[in-house]
Amino acid sequence: MNFSLDFSPLAPYWPVFLRGAWLTLRMTSVAVIAGVSVGIFVAFAKNSRNRILAQLCSAYIEVVRNTPFLVQIFLLYFGLASLGVRMPTFAAATLAMVVNIAAYAAEIIRAGIDSVPRGQIEAAQCLGLSTWRIRWHVMLQPAIERVYPALTSQFLLMMQASAMASQISAEELTAIANTVQSDTFRSLETYIVVALLYLVLAVLVKLIAYAVGETIFKRRRTLRRAAAHGRRSPVNDPTGTAPLVHTPYVHAAVRLRARTGGRVS
Amino acid sequence: MMGGFTWTYFFYLVQSIGWTLVLSALAFVLGGVGGFLLMLARISPRAWLRRPALLFIECVQGIPLLILLFIVYFGLSVYGLVLPALVAASIAMMIYASAYLGGIWRGCVEAMPRPQWEASECLSLTRWQTLRLVIIPQAVRLSLPPTIGFLVQLIKMTSLASVIGFVELTHAGQIINNSIFQPFLVFVLVGTFYFLLCYPLSRWSASMERKLNVGNR
Repeated sequence: MNFSLDFSPLAPYWPVFLRGAWLTLRMTSVAVIAGVSVGIFVAFAKNSRNRILAQLCSAYIEVVRNTPFLVQIFLLYFGLASLGVRMPTFAAATLAMVVNIAAYAAEIIRAGIDSVPRGQIEAAQCLGLSTWRIRWHVMLQPAIERVYPALTSQFLLMMQASAMASQISAEELTAIANTVQSDTFRSLETYIVVALLYLVLAVLVKLIAYAVGETIFKRRRTLRRAAAHGRRSPVNDPTGTAPLVHTPYVHAAVRLRARTGGRVS
Repeated sequence: MMGGFTWTYFFYLVQSIGWTLVLSALAFVLGGVGGFLLMLARISPRAWLRRPALLFIECVQGIPLLILLFIVYFGLSVYGLVLPALVAASIAMMIYASAYLGGIWRGCVEAMPRPQWEASECLSLTRWQTLRLVIIPQAVRLSLPPTIGFLVQLIKMTSLASVIGFVELTHAGQIINNSIFQPFLVFVLVGTFYFLLCYPLSRWSASMERKLNVGNR
């Protein structure tokens, strides 16, 4: 019973830990980018008029959301191998993550698309925008901005779920931990270190998600620029006609156009 | 010896669903108790209760359940505490569930309008009476859909207990797969069983959420 925590035997292993953390981060980012792209298509397909396509998509979403990730990994890795499709563990694990996150992202994004007011879409149709432009500018961009917090927390859950890839011995953080603890016989210390590494990764992913969110959404970019501009010259309205308080977006756009000579990026 | 998939295997799988349910129920009930206490600590006016609870919730939500499971199962065994797999899995899942349920329920309790608290104070109810008689009965209605949604997550998470050798549905699938090597068939079957457990709960949760949102449509 007189056992004390001793982290010193783990010191030589820190590059191994970092490599595992890096692989976890890489798997997560690949899965997030691919998964969200697929998820967007699934979200639109689920709302499409083609009944068969819509039902296929909702079946896919429900099946993935109601079965454990571990079983999905086993099915993709062992199941496909038995059917003759062999993949390296990294590819299999990442593919399982993509399949998983696409279903969750599709459901979240669909909720965002549903929350776009009907009137806005009709207004866009009245302005003669094409279907694809309506989908991109009027439906998708505001929808993603609205559900961005939910998406971010889903990404974090996905990063934690990537720990299960250790079960098919993809060399990510958890698998590294298993190797290290069988080398050093310091299991408690190893797992505490790995838990802390996961916490650091979680903070890192949150920061990245925040930074990405601030740059990809055009509305936020414009608002930020307008705020910066407003600070520099509080009352600066060359035309004198723009409403002062009610519509910061239009107001900012008018100012920007005035400054850049008509170009608003 | 290699053989085909027989009814014996099938019934073995069906039996192991029972253990999945036992583990889910244990994790949910224990986690519910822990989550309730954490929720009370999170909304407490005392900072020395509120801050540690917040720290605990944030930490546990940042650590994968698999690592928690390893810490409890392998980590505690170094101290001479050799736990049976069921106990270790229950403890790890209780910690995990209490952090998430604590977070969910705190959100629901704080979503209750401020005047409810003020009115109770005017009626000279104590803080505990306010919670028990006024706030919680209303918050329960709000919290039911996300709680059921989390229960689905929990049922799926019990598959992780297979890693420390607890024979539930996923582990039973692995055992059968090791003896007959038909991974595709076995894991599709295992997945189907999980789906049959989780899908009705998901639907229930979704329909309750729709009913709560009637006003927003």
